[in-house]
Amino acid sequence: MMSKKESTFISMALSLLVITLISGFALGFVNDLTIEPKAKAKLERKINAIKLVLPEFDNNPVEARKLVKSELAKDSIEIYPAYKNNVFVGVAVIGSSEKGFSGLIKIMVGFKPDGTIQNIAVLEQKETPGLGTKIKDESFLQQFRDKNPSTFNLKVKKDGGEVDALTGATISSRAFTESAQLAFDELLINLDAISTSKQ
Amino acid sequence: MAEMNQKQNFLKGIIKENPIFVMLLGMCPTLGVTSSAFNGLGMGVATLFVLLMSNIVVSLVKNLIPAKVRIPAFIIIIASFVTIVEMILEAFVPLLYEQLGIFIPLIVVNCIILGRAEAFASKNNVLSSIFDALGMGIGFVLALTILGSVREILGSGSLFGLIFLPETANTFILFILPPGAFIALAYLTVMFNRLTSKTT
Repeated sequence: MMSKKESTFISMALSLLVITLISGFALGFVNDLTIEPKAKAKLERKINAIKLVLPEFDNNPVEARKLVKSELAKDSIEIYPAYKNNVFVGVAVIGSSEKGFSGLIKIMVGFKPDGTIQNIAVLEQKETPGLGTKIKDESFLQQFRDKNPSTFNLKVKKDGGEVDALTGATISSRAFTESAQLAFDELLINLDAISTSKQ
Repeated sequence: MAEMNQKQNFLKGIIKENPIFVMLLGMCPTLGVTSSAFNGLGMGVATLFVLLMSNIVVSLVKNLIPAKVRIPAFIIIIASFVTIVEMILEAFVPLLYEQLGIFIPLIVVNCIILGRAEAFASKNNVLSSIFDALGMGIGFVLALTILGSVREILGSGSLFGLIFLPETANTFILFILPPGAFIALAYLTVMFNRLTSKTT
C-alpha cells in the first residue's frame, strides 16, 4: 500500500472540508444546468397527459389552469378546462391519494362536460414494480372509460364497488379509485364555474 | 504480465467474485428492485456507472485522504455521483427516470460501491480500478437481469414486458413479492455456485 496522509485532526477536517466543498459546487453546478430541462420535461409530461385524457381541444389548458382550495384534500386541486371553438368540451382534474402501497399516487382524470370519464393518466406513483404499477396498464384503465362516477361506484369490488382490483395490488387499486373519486368530487363542486366561464 | 492482471481484474467480478452470487453484497437493491427483467437491468446499469465513476475518483484521491476519514470521504464522493446521475436522468431522459425513479437514490447505500472503493480502488491505480469497476459492474448487471428475468417469467408470465402467457393464466405472484425474491435468489445462487465450482 502506498503511503497515506497522516490522520491528524487538522488534516482530517481539512480533507473532509475540501471534499464536501468540491462536491457541493459540483452538485450546484449540475443542478443549475438541469433545472430548466427538468421543469420543461415535467411540463411536457403534464401536457401529454392532458392530451391523453381529454377530447380534442384548441385552447391551452395549461394557461387556463385553475387552482381551487379544497376541503377534501390537503393541497389545492389543479383543474385544466378545455375548449374547442369556445365551446366547453371537457376538463382534466388532478386527483391524488396518500394511501398507495408506497405513499402518494397522483392521477389526471379527464371528464366530458356531463361528468363521464374520458380517460385517466397516472402522473406519479411509487407502487411495487410489476404489481401496483399495473394501474398504468390499459387492461386496468379501460374499465373506467365512458363511466360516469355518479352511477358507476368508484370502489373496488371487495369494498362493494364496481372496480376490478388488480390481483395482488388491492391497496394500489383502492388508492387509485380514491384519487379518481376525489377528482370527481372536485369536478362536481367546480363544474358550474368552469363550464360557464369563457376562456 | 500487466495485461494479464487487467484481464483478471475485469473477469473476476463476473464469475469468481460475482458481487451477487458469490459475495452476496448489495442485497437491498438486489432483492428490492428485481421484480422484472427491465428493472434489474436498469438498476444494474445505473449502479455500473456510479461504480465506475467512484472507483476512478477514489483511486485518484486515495493518497490525499487521511485513513481515519476515508469512509465518510468515499460516501460523499459516491453520493455526489448518484445525485448527479439522478438530476441528469430526470432532465434529459425523463422516460427512463420515471422507470427507475425510486431506485436511483438507493445506489448510495449499495455496499458493492463502497466495498470496491475500500477494498480495491483505495489500494490500486486508476486503470486497474476502471477494470475492476467494469467487471464488478457487469457481474452485477448480469446477476440482476437474470434474477429479474426469472422472477418476471414466473411471476407475471412475461419477459422484458413481453407477455407470452394469456392474461387469465395463473402465475406465481409470490415471485414478484419480496419472499419470492429470496427464494429465487437462493436457488440461483446454488445453481451458479454448482456450475462454477465444476469448471474451476
